[in-house]
Amino acid sequence: MITLNSVTKTFGDAANPVRALDDVSLSVASGEIFGVIGQSGAGKSTLIRTVNLLERPDAGTVTVGDRELTALNDRELLQARREIGMVFQQFNLLDSRTVRGNVELALEVVGVDRRERTKRTNEILELVGLEHKAQQYPAQLSGGQKQRVGIARALASRPRVLLSDEATSALDPETTESILQLLRSINKELGLTILLITHEMDVVKSICDSAALMSGGRILEQGRLVDLLSQPGSQLARGLFPLGELPEGNSTVIDVTFVGLSSGRPVVSQLARTHQIDVGLVGAAIETIAGAQSGRTRLELPGTADANAAAINDLRAQGLVVEIVRSGR
Amino acid sequence: MIDTTAPGFWPQLFETLLKATGETLYQVGVTMLITLVLGLVLGTLLVVTDRGGILERPFGSLVAGRVINVVTQTVVNLGRSIPFIILMIALIPFTRLILGSAFGVTAAIVPLTVAAIPFYARIVEISLREVNEGLVEAGHSLGATRWQLVSKVIIPEAVPGLIRGFTTTVVSIVNYSAIVGAIGGGGLGDVAIRYGHQRYSVIHIVAVIIVLVAIVQIVQVVGARLANRMSHR
Repeated sequence: MITLNSVTKTFGDAANPVRALDDVSLSVASGEIFGVIGQSGAGKSTLIRTVNLLERPDAGTVTVGDRELTALNDRELLQARREIGMVFQQFNLLDSRTVRGNVELALEVVGVDRRERTKRTNEILELVGLEHKAQQYPAQLSGGQKQRVGIARALASRPRVLLSDEATSALDPETTESILQLLRSINKELGLTILLITHEMDVVKSICDSAALMSGGRILEQGRLVDLLSQPGSQLARGLFPLGELPEGNSTVIDVTFVGLSSGRPVVSQLARTHQIDVGLVGAAIETIAGAQSGRTRLELPGTADANAAAINDLRAQGLVVEIVRSGR
Repeated sequence: MIDTTAPGFWPQLFETLLKATGETLYQVGVTMLITLVLGLVLGTLLVVTDRGGILERPFGSLVAGRVINVVTQTVVNLGRSIPFIILMIALIPFTRLILGSAFGVTAAIVPLTVAAIPFYARIVEISLREVNEGLVEAGHSLGATRWQLVSKVIIPEAVPGLIRGFTTTVVSIVNYSAIVGAIGGGGLGDVAIRYGHQRYSVIHIVAVIIVLVAIVQIVQVVGARLANRMSHR
């Protein structure tokens, strides 16, 4: 649905160029929620702004649906933008308009007539649960309500894609959760493709199907979360399951990942029994990721990795993903 | 000296003041109507054709944008930098050209307008620049045209500031309208000069001051109320 191909964007002057996007390629499938995560300054914001060409890349192509945006003229671009909704961290609502007026703006821009506007606005306000606030001004709303208006405005003209620029970063945890659930439900009900950027792993964990990790203007890894989880060495997977520091000593440490949870099985005790080894539990986390429960356990085994090869192979044979974090001496 | 005890002095004073007040209000009113339109246009041009503005490249040409911006800047600066009393005299031939006469109540509208437009244009510029950049961005994301951005986002969001600035401009123009009285522009300034200055009538001066203060007060209060009502922050 969204494809970025070798997109590059540099800010600043020739003497001090800042490469915000460095040969970025990204692919978002239709109907999925795709999260781009990274620290501030990683280039996420520039990335999402290139998708509707608020920021025009220096090189590379941007394709949304079947249209290559980077090849469009000004007029065609306006048309294309009307099919891409966007919500912002600071909501960006017009103070001069009521909730209804803010949503209607999106329809006025497209040229929808008054009757149809009223009808559509009622519909969409109901979808975001703000039908009773239609006549209020943004200043009278809470942050979460403002973001609901932002979402309603973005969806009013029935886009197929929604871009979310840190939509929950200005909100408290509870409100964040309710906005994320709203995004999830419109993704399901409307079949909307959502690309979001965030600096919070929890956002990715809670609603994303796929994710990309960004740093220094580059994408370090990307893919479906379930695939990333079973991919040894994935930084994203490590972020999803924070297991803490390595234990002291010279034992072997392994991370065992259960995807789609096979953790009902007594893996650890079986391991200890079958191979006659003392298994130490260093850390464990169970999360619901991309709708399925997954877990990761960090185990400490005595001796070297080679000495434990049989045990490790046994785990792998059970379909578990085993990553050797440290080999003992 | 004027004899305040003479029969008919007070009715006459009242009548003089009423007529002069009417003239002043007429001058200021027409001036401000023209200023509202042209000041908004110039002020908006200053903002949108600036570097990074939404009309940085009219017709796809960066050069055209720069030219419009620089010309508008120059016109506004020129108008702002000339003291009103000099501007008024310098404009006499121009006023005669377009109105046939350079003196009189209506003729005074020309220099008043020429002074007021750049003044208001600057205020419009400041108000529009204060509109949050994020709102323009939101407008872009909705696929708004440049005209829609100006007419549906930028100007409506700036309305409270535009009203407050308009109020300030009206007060300045009331002030200037008294100066045009000195060159036969009529109005309250004319009364102050002819009766107060040339015939030493303190009572006329005081009366003119009272009326001017009242006008300014009313303008300020109405302007502030209106601005607050339009502000939904």
